[in-house]
Amino acid sequence: MVKINGKSCNAKGKLIAVYLSEEGYDLKRVAVEKNGEIVPKSQYENTAFENGDIVEIVSFVGGG
Amino acid sequence: MIPSREEMRRELDRRHGKVLQDRFADASVAICGLGGLGSNVATALARAGVGHLHLIDFDRVDISNLNRQQYMAHQPGVFKTEALKENLLMIAPYVKVTVDTVRITEENIRRLLRNDDIICEAFDVAEAKAMLANFILENMPEKYLVSGSGMAGILSSNTIRTRKVTEKFYLCGDEISDADKGDGLFSSRVMICAAHQANMIMRIIAGKYDV
Repeated sequence: MVKINGKSCNAKGKLIAVYLSEEGYDLKRVAVEKNGEIVPKSQYENTAFENGDIVEIVSFVGGG
Repeated sequence: MIPSREEMRRELDRRHGKVLQDRFADASVAICGLGGLGSNVATALARAGVGHLHLIDFDRVDISNLNRQQYMAHQPGVFKTEALKENLLMIAPYVKVTVDTVRITEENIRRLLRNDDIICEAFDVAEAKAMLANFILENMPEKYLVSGSGMAGILSSNTIRTRKVTEKFYLCGDEISDADKGDGLFSSRVMICAAHQANMIMRIIAGKYDV
C-alpha cells in the first residue's frame, strides 16, 4: 500500500504522472513529496510509487 | 515625535523578552509577493521587530488592492515594494527593509533569496506558488518555506490552519477555497491566513518548529 495525503491507496507501481493525471490534479499547481523528499517535476514521468511510500501532494489554489 | 531606536527596542524587549527579541532582530525574512498575504505578513513581522525584511514584487499598487492589502488610497500606481517599504517604515522606522522590484522566476530565485533564512511565499497565482515551492524544496533545502494556499471567500475562519508538510515546508490556508473560482478575496480572511504565516515565521525564528 501507498499512503497518499494520509489515506492508504492501491497505487503501488503507478507512475506519479499517471496518478496525478488520473486523480485530476493540475501538474502546474502541485508539489509532490515522497518519504519527506521533494520529487523534482522532471521525475514525475519516471518515478513509480513503491510499497510503503508516504506521499504528500500539495495542490495550490489561487489567491493572496 | 518618533521614538528613538533604543526606546523602541526597549519596549520590544520588555514585551517579548530580550532573548527572543535578539532572535527576531537577527532574522532575515524574504516576502515573495506583496498582495493581501505578503503585505499583511510584512506588517506583522515589522511590528514584532524582525530585523530584516526583504520585499519582492514586480507589480504596482492598484485601486482594487485596497480592499485587503496594506496600502493607502494615495498609493495606486506606486510599485508595491516602494509603497510597502514606506508604510512599514512609518510603523517600524528602524527595521531594515530591502526591496527587489522584479518578477520572481526560476532563473533568479537562487540569487534573490540567497541571504534570507526564511521564505514567505505570498503569491496570488497558484502556478507561481507551485513554481516557487518546487524550486526551493528542490534546490535550496536549507531554507524554511512558509506558503499560503486557500483563503478566498468568507468561509469559516476555523478552516484555515497551518500544516507542516515536510521538515522545512509549512502550508497555511484551507487548501481549498480558490480565488480563481470567483469567491472573492476579503481582508478579514486573507489576514487570518497571513497571520498564520507570520506566526509560523515567528515560531521558526524562536526555534519552535512544530505547528
